[in-house]
Parts: sequence; C-alpha cells; structure tokens
Amino acid sequence: MSLLTLENVATAYDTPQGRFRALEGVSFSVAKGETVGLVGESGCGKSTLGKTLMRLVPSDEGSIRLDGAEISQAQGRALMPVRRKLQMIFQDPFASLNPRHRIRRILTGPLKIHGVASRAERNRIAEEIVQRVGLPGDALDRYPHEFSGGQRQRIGIARALILRPQMIVCDEPVSALDLSIQAQIINLLAQLKAEYGLSYLFISHDLSVVRYFTDRVLVMYLGRIVESGPTRDVWNNPRHPYTRALIDALPEADRPREAAPLAGDLPGVQNLPGGCRFHPRCPYATDLCCRSEPLIDAKGGTHGFACHNPLPLKA
Amino acid sequence: MTAVLSVEDLSVHFGPARPVDRVSFHVNPRETLAIVGESGSGKSLTALSMMGLLPRNAKVSGRVLIQTPQGPADMLGLPEKRRRLLRGKQIAMVFQEPMTSLNPVHSIGHQIEEVLIAHENLDRAARRTRVLELMNLVRIPDAARRIDDYPHQLSGGMRQRVMIAMAVACRPRILIADEATTALDVTIQAQILQLLDNLRRELDVAVVLITHDLGVVSQWADRVVVMYAGLHVEQATPAQLFGDPLHPYSYGLLRASPRSDAGLTYRDAPLAEIPGSIASARGEVGCPFRPRCPAAREVCGTVQPPPIQHRGDRLVACHFPGILTQEERHVAAYA
Repeated sequence: MSLLTLENVATAYDTPQGRFRALEGVSFSVAKGETVGLVGESGCGKSTLGKTLMRLVPSDEGSIRLDGAEISQAQGRALMPVRRKLQMIFQDPFASLNPRHRIRRILTGPLKIHGVASRAERNRIAEEIVQRVGLPGDALDRYPHEFSGGQRQRIGIARALILRPQMIVCDEPVSALDLSIQAQIINLLAQLKAEYGLSYLFISHDLSVVRYFTDRVLVMYLGRIVESGPTRDVWNNPRHPYTRALIDALPEADRPREAAPLAGDLPGVQNLPGGCRFHPRCPYATDLCCRSEPLIDAKGGTHGFACHNPLPLKA
Repeated sequence: MTAVLSVEDLSVHFGPARPVDRVSFHVNPRETLAIVGESGSGKSLTALSMMGLLPRNAKVSGRVLIQTPQGPADMLGLPEKRRRLLRGKQIAMVFQEPMTSLNPVHSIGHQIEEVLIAHENLDRAARRTRVLELMNLVRIPDAARRIDDYPHQLSGGMRQRVMIAMAVACRPRILIADEATTALDVTIQAQILQLLDNLRRELDVAVVLITHDLGVVSQWADRVVVMYAGLHVEQATPAQLFGDPLHPYSYGLLRASPRSDAGLTYRDAPLAEIPGSIASARGEVGCPFRPRCPAAREVCGTVQPPPIQHRGDRLVACHFPGILTQEERHVAAYA
C-alpha cells in the first residue's frame, strides 16, 4: 500500500529571467514503512521536491496523494491534517531551530497548534520524546545554542516526530554533521522507523549514506528523475550513464579511483539543453539524444531509467 | 630526500584553550599529504599556521620550516614582510568557499594578475599572457573569452579552478587545499582532485589536503595525518591506516562510515557509532579520546600518550596501539 503517490508533478519558480521548471514530470510512490532515497547534485531539484511535498512551495501541475487524499492544492487550515501525517527534518540544525525559544516551546508548539491534550500532557509527551531521541533530561529548559550540531539534529528529529507522523521528509539530515556523529543520527533514524513504522523520503547528495539507509532510490538530474528502483539494483547495475558517473565519482576507501571523472559542469534549469538533459555531459550521446528527451518508465517501483542508450543489463 | 616543509612541535593557544597541541609532521617534495579530522580537530588552524595566517590573538609556539633556495625559513619566526615573500612563492593555499575567497567586483583575470603584480616583475602584456597560460593550466575552457568574467558568472567548480590558478601563479613548492572540494558536487569534486594531482606532477609541487573525507584520503593521499582535539593521533599511509588502524579513533571513524564493500544496509546492522562528541575532550587530563574510547583503561585517564614510532614508519599517540583492530581479528577468528 503506498502512503504517498506523486504523478507527473511539476514545480516552477519565477526569476527575473523568466519562469523555470525546477521539477518536471516527477512520478513515484513511497510505501508504508519504506525508505526512499533521492540523490542528485546541487540544483537538480531535490530540495524543491521536498518542499513541494510539504506544500512549502506550490506545484504547477500533477497530483500528490498522501494516505489517499489529494494534497497538491491544500493550503491554510486544509494543511493541518497533512502536517500531522507528514513532517520534515532540515539540513542545517543551526538555522532550523528558533534561537529565542527553549526546547520545551519548540517541541510542545506543534502539539498546541494541533490542539493535542492538556498542557501537562503536552509536557509529558515532550519529556518522553526528548528521552527517546537521546537528549539529556534537562534539555527541555535549555536554548538551541547550548547544544552541539548532533544534539540539535536530535531536537529537529524530536520536533518532526512529536505529532507521530506516518512519514518524514529528511532533507540532507546528516550532511552538516561530522562522520562520527552521522552514524549516531542514522542509527537513531533507523530505530525510530522500526519503532513507529515510519516512512522516509531521504534526500541526500551522499551516495554511500543513501546506499546504506534506503530501500529504493530516485536519481535526479536537472529536475527530472532519470533512474529509479530498488537501491541494491541501481547500485549494482546502474543503467543511466549519469547514475554510473555519480557512483564512480564517489571517493570511497577500498576502491581505486576512476581514471576519468565526468566532464563539464551542471548547467542550471535556466539553460536546459534540448533533447536529453544529460546529453552535453554524456559519453554515449547520439543524434537521437540531442533531439528527443527519453522518459522514465518505472511502474510499481521497478528499476527504470530515462535513457536512449542505457548501460548493459548485467546477467 | 629533504622535506619541503616541516612542522615541529606546533601549538596554538587562545587564552587557556589549546586547539593545536604539539603537532609535528613533514611534507616531502611532490607528495600528497592528507590531514584528516572532524570539526574542532585543529586541522584548519594547523593549515593557517603553515601559511603564517593565524589571527593576532593566537599565541603560537613551535616551528614551521619551509625550504627556500636560501635555506630553511621559519614561517612563525619571521616578520610579516618576509612571510609575504614566502606566501605565493613557496607556499600557497586554496580555501573551501571559492565564492567568498574571490572578490566579486573584480574580473577573474584581474584577480589572477594581482598575484603576478605582487610577486613577479612582468609588464602588462606579459602578465596577460601568463594569466591565460594559468587559466589553461587549470583547464578553464575558452580562457581568452572567460578572462574578463566576474566570479558570479562562473560555476563553483570553475571558481575553484580560478583559486587554484591564483595559488600556483608563482610556482610554489607547497600547495595547501583546505577542504577545497567539500562544497562541490561529487562529479566536480573528482575533477578538481584530478586537477590538483596533475598539477602536483606537472609543477613539481607538494599538495597538502586538509579534509574530513576518508574517501578522498584513501584515493589521493600518499601519507595521512589523523588529528583529534588538537592532537596528532596517528600518521600512516592510507593502506596502513585503512587496513590496520592503530588509534581507536581512526578505527572508530573507519567503522562509522557506510562502507562500499560490505554491501550491508540499515536492515542488516546498525552503523558503528563513536559515542559522545569531540567537545567531551575539553578540559580533560590524560588522553582526549578517553571519554569516547571503548578500550580506555585507567592510565588513559591520567597520562596523555605522546605520538610514538610504531612498526617503523608509523606514528600513533595511544597507550594501546592497535587494540581494537586486534580484538576485531580475535572475534573474527572465532566467529
């Protein structure tokens, strides 16, 4: 049963140079209890996708269904039930907590807005969650600046969790953290998922984290999903040359480095090339790629890719 | 082989705090040395000390000896005027954020040229030629057309190439890259690391990579210095470090990263955590890693282990070097 389903979603931004589509034709679904990864380079639209889901930016077209209900047009009070089901964890644990509020207010705020329980009960829930995410007992009466980056991310997680949502959008939740702290946060997210049966959309530019932490993965390039499928399949047998290049460029221990990294720069969505949007950087591009844009076909979460000349399928 | 740079017993104090604590290492000609550590490890302050660029309120002791044609010069002991002659000519640095390191109101050609004005005696036409040469050297495509572009017109990767062109303009012997690829996307990061390695060979320059990324270390470094809480805790080749980490911190870092070879996911096993954070080292006597160390004994709480030679060319600052690796092998043997 899919909890979240997107069909043909597009989001555009107005800029002084005109209106540009940061997302185009995005379709995928997330099942209950599933972790779906979203990878891509800066400017590919992965954060825009997270914001579109949260209705922080309006989508231009397409449908977004959460737990059976269409939410792509929801605003104002109609967003209240959406927020109870869908929450978000942000990248920067310094910028995403109000420095003038104590942790108690940060955590009980959502409960109050949603009219949950009495004041005493709200405090009890906050105390419980603070303990659950591994913060010290006196955390509720302290301010965000008194905590380290890793602890602040725990506060962000507690805030996302306090309404007991079914799904959390995690936008680069560990990118700002040191390696030794990253492992702590990922393990915490994994435990919480098992305990509460959560689904995650895990947005990250770090492929090694995505490979470890996700069941399925979506690869984005300049606003479109170019490859998707079970993480293991995509990792072991990438079919899109861009996915291959991302995996090859990943500096990892125990692996020799690639002889020739992908050439060229990421053009912005403002100057999108015609045909396949990856063709100017693609080593396998043909005439066809310059003329026609390949579209992805990944029905039911199977391995799909948007490429005219895919890399061979391994036996 | 004489070292092009040696750091001897370097300490940096800010009041009572000592974010860099008796660090020693050297850099060989044409090698890539990585200094790896997390935030608060003192790696960036070490790099700034090597450039003689510490803030005024920092008290610094020890020596940073740089080989020059006139013999070794101590960057820390020299007056500012003499330091300026070393920077650019002998040692240069590329920073993390190319957008804030470049001046937004000057063209990139002009900014590269400024380095030549400061250090070389060339006329205007010769400088312009040299700037184009440098832009070609760092593989900025279409250099003649881009020379009058401003930083905002370039991508992050191209801006970092401009920074590198400025750094190598006077043919230094040592190039420090302080998290120079951290802000870049992986495909661009690979391009820049490749460029630095090409320059190392073409220009006969030693590269010091300051990084938190173990993947970068394993793929590009000849030797690696691991720092923790201002201390130099381990020094080895990447093969030694990744195959047989001696310090429990190095061991923990390697185990905490989701590794490619294991193919494990969160459904199979949790990641190995290092409990606590680096801040727990503040004000401790003994080994600064002790509060987070699974192998700590009584002596670790009282005596700070100095870096000692281990099995020939390696250095480690631990009372029980290799203890976690040995335990792991022991467990594996009986599993």
